[in-house]
Amino acid sequence: MADVVIIGCGAVGAATAMELSRYKLELVILERENDVAVGTTKANSAILHAGYDPRPGTLMARLNVRGSELCRAYCHALDVPYRGCGSMVLAFSEEERETLRELLDRGVKNGVPGLELLTGDQARAREPELADTVQAALWAPTAAIVSPWEMCLAFAETAVKNGAQLRLNACVTGIERRGEGYTVHTAQGDVEARYVVNAAGVDSGAVHDMAAPHSFDITPSRGEYYLLDKAEGARVNTVIFQCPTKLGKGVLVSPTVHGNLIVGPNAEPSEPHDEATTAGGLAFVKERALLSVPGIDFSKSIRNFAGVRANTGRDDFLIGCPAPGFLDLAGICSPGLTSAPAIGEYAVELLAREGLALEKKEHFDFSRRRVRFKELSPEAREELVRRDPAYGRVICRCETVTEGEILACLRTPIPPVSVDGVKRRVNAGMGRCQGGFCAPRVVEILSRELHLSPGEIVKDRAGMKMLARETKGGEADV
Amino acid sequence: MYELIVVGGGPAGLAAACAAWDAGLRSILIVERDRELGGILNQCIHNGFGLTWFKEELTGPEYAHRFVELLSRTGVEVRTDTMVLDVTADLSVHMTGPETGYRVERAKSVILAMGCRERTRGAIGIPGTRPAGVYTAGAAQRYVNIEGWLPGKRVVILGSGDIGLIMARRMTLEGAKVLACVEVMPYSGGLTRNIVQCLEDFGIPLYLSHTVTQIRGRDRVSEVVVSRVDENRRPIPGTEMVFSCDTLLLSVGLIPENELSERAGVTIDPRTKGPAVYENMETSVPGIFSCGNVTHVHDLVDFVSAESRRAGEAAANFVLKGPAAGEAVELLNGPGVSYTVPQRVRPGNVEKALNVFFRVNRIFGKSQIVVSRGDRELCRFKRDRLAPGEMESVTVPVKLLEGGPEPVAIAVKEAE
Repeated sequence: MADVVIIGCGAVGAATAMELSRYKLELVILERENDVAVGTTKANSAILHAGYDPRPGTLMARLNVRGSELCRAYCHALDVPYRGCGSMVLAFSEEERETLRELLDRGVKNGVPGLELLTGDQARAREPELADTVQAALWAPTAAIVSPWEMCLAFAETAVKNGAQLRLNACVTGIERRGEGYTVHTAQGDVEARYVVNAAGVDSGAVHDMAAPHSFDITPSRGEYYLLDKAEGARVNTVIFQCPTKLGKGVLVSPTVHGNLIVGPNAEPSEPHDEATTAGGLAFVKERALLSVPGIDFSKSIRNFAGVRANTGRDDFLIGCPAPGFLDLAGICSPGLTSAPAIGEYAVELLAREGLALEKKEHFDFSRRRVRFKELSPEAREELVRRDPAYGRVICRCETVTEGEILACLRTPIPPVSVDGVKRRVNAGMGRCQGGFCAPRVVEILSRELHLSPGEIVKDRAGMKMLARETKGGEADV
Repeated sequence: MYELIVVGGGPAGLAAACAAWDAGLRSILIVERDRELGGILNQCIHNGFGLTWFKEELTGPEYAHRFVELLSRTGVEVRTDTMVLDVTADLSVHMTGPETGYRVERAKSVILAMGCRERTRGAIGIPGTRPAGVYTAGAAQRYVNIEGWLPGKRVVILGSGDIGLIMARRMTLEGAKVLACVEVMPYSGGLTRNIVQCLEDFGIPLYLSHTVTQIRGRDRVSEVVVSRVDENRRPIPGTEMVFSCDTLLLSVGLIPENELSERAGVTIDPRTKGPAVYENMETSVPGIFSCGNVTHVHDLVDFVSAESRRAGEAAANFVLKGPAAGEAVELLNGPGVSYTVPQRVRPGNVEKALNVFFRVNRIFGKSQIVVSRGDRELCRFKRDRLAPGEMESVTVPVKLLEGGPEPVAIAVKEAE
């Protein structure tokens, strides 16, 4: 019997697993998909919020501000792309200036450092591309941008390196209370554990209902985005928000840690896994973004995507134990990514209160490094290629990703099994040609290294087969 | 130090290197990222190449092979499986490859011949889900012709560019069912011969003034929605047709790949999305030349070879005789013309006549191509039909371009 089973390996589940892996505990992480970080974690604004949005006194306020600090420290320790670029919330009217004053007030109460109100001209002096109609802005220096999937991956890898067991393709189908613990039924068989953590994201309502009386509804909200070419990546240098409304934080314009520009999201009610974009949604996002930054060249778009957030209609996360030894980390909508490490820390505290015995490990491996060929000096590149020629072969030309990096990611604690899994680990296929050139070569490498036929290689989730069949004359039996 | 480094060993780089050798350079390096020379021609196994240049019909690999043969008779050095990562304005070329290692080579001249890439779903913003089964036509061509795998069995093709048309036929021959080719413009972007030989001959319907407005399916494409568009290319509600398919191929345009050129400080022409060049294919940076699809997207490789020889000869002249001099005359788009290559001409550097490539911006019937300077007409050329999908060229006697820096415009006038 495991000590703790964690359901879901997005940012929240991974952070919780990592925090628990500091202790002498038997941990099992269950993930319904074939990889970690593939739900809300991979499809959001990639922003680490400073913490002026949540209502003071809420759990959300506390975990956001704490999470912002932890993300910075953890990204540094675990080699996750992070840039402390700060953010601005723009006001276009007297009413919105009032909103900025409220946000400033909240931020101060929440303990957000360095907040400052700027005039329109001061804001434009920092961000020359802002619209002339901007009257004022709230500057938050502790806001940052991050690679969300790499942060989640780093947390999950750390948990696995420190003994946690990750089971992929293990969708939870039922939970039963058994004596002192629970039996969790999954697509990969049963798991028994003393404690259960529900970190199932948009499915956290359904998982809750398997173990406790129904008490909340997840009302998923879909947000659509544009990702623009690096040629637009320097259009702004900080995260540019508009004033939040009841629906969310509004349409933002932000650089990404990978050098692109991200624009979005809208907020539309949706089904839990409906990640489709719509013509109307994208048009709305474009129109709203141009109000903040009129010069954005949308002809430089390289990708649209949508992500689903686990909203509940409440203004706080739903964290607590609805049944003995069963911990909900539910309704983790924005700022969930920022809060994730703080949620993990808090989860440990709550499990201890439920009686989980915590004894620190003597040795906790909290290190992670990966080679990023593109970022090396010419001398370092030369040395690396001499040592391992695979680092000399560029597979993804847009992002300059080498075969050596792909082979290395296949030897990490959570190796990829799909083309997009490779993309999330080393950026191959993330660039302007969107894998047009490198996807066939990544298929070839995966097929060779995983000993699978190219026909078995998937784009992302299990079932997303890339190829139909061999060409005529290619079949072995002809 | 090399006299010339050619970035890219496709048709442009091969022809340029051969020409530079013929013109007297003896220290030339071609750097090619793929394992073999030939570039994209290697996956173009259909015929129709070489009708102009070799006066016979070849497949893509055969066409490439002719040049590789020519090259093998020279002393041009080749490094394959090696990618150029940076070209600096002082002509240092950073490259990396498993055998090459990471190294920096200096050169007296550089020819950019990196080719182009395909526009993607993200560039045109097709709404819907993100399942497997959406490929650019070129990627599908690689899967079928190089990897030996068919990417899908029921196919809709968006865009009537040449690669899309070729793939309609290729997928059909491999046993896939191609349901439709959908083109947002009221005319095809491909060559007429490809419309006939790749669609009409196989009974594949071409829907002009239509586009894909939604992709459906969670794991794999299950349906695409096609709508008619109005004259502003906006989908018309109520005209939706649903195709049940597992694959959507995109043939929605090619973009010259100029990230290296931009890093080297080369001026890019927003019309061609390639380097703005002089009559000898020299870019805005002295000693850096460009040719082939990195300069402007061609329909026929034969013209790439012609243009690239010009670049190779010019690089040799630059190294052996020094920079080309003389005042430049700008070539402008007149009505009906969307770009010209070259963009600038130094008449003193042209022997007899200048060959100007250009594209028109819509379909024209019987027309006159008029070359003029201010109000003064310099010459005119007759054409029966002009289409944006077919590159045009005119040969202008250099005498007409002499006499000061006043720009020269090229325009199309349709007969009444």
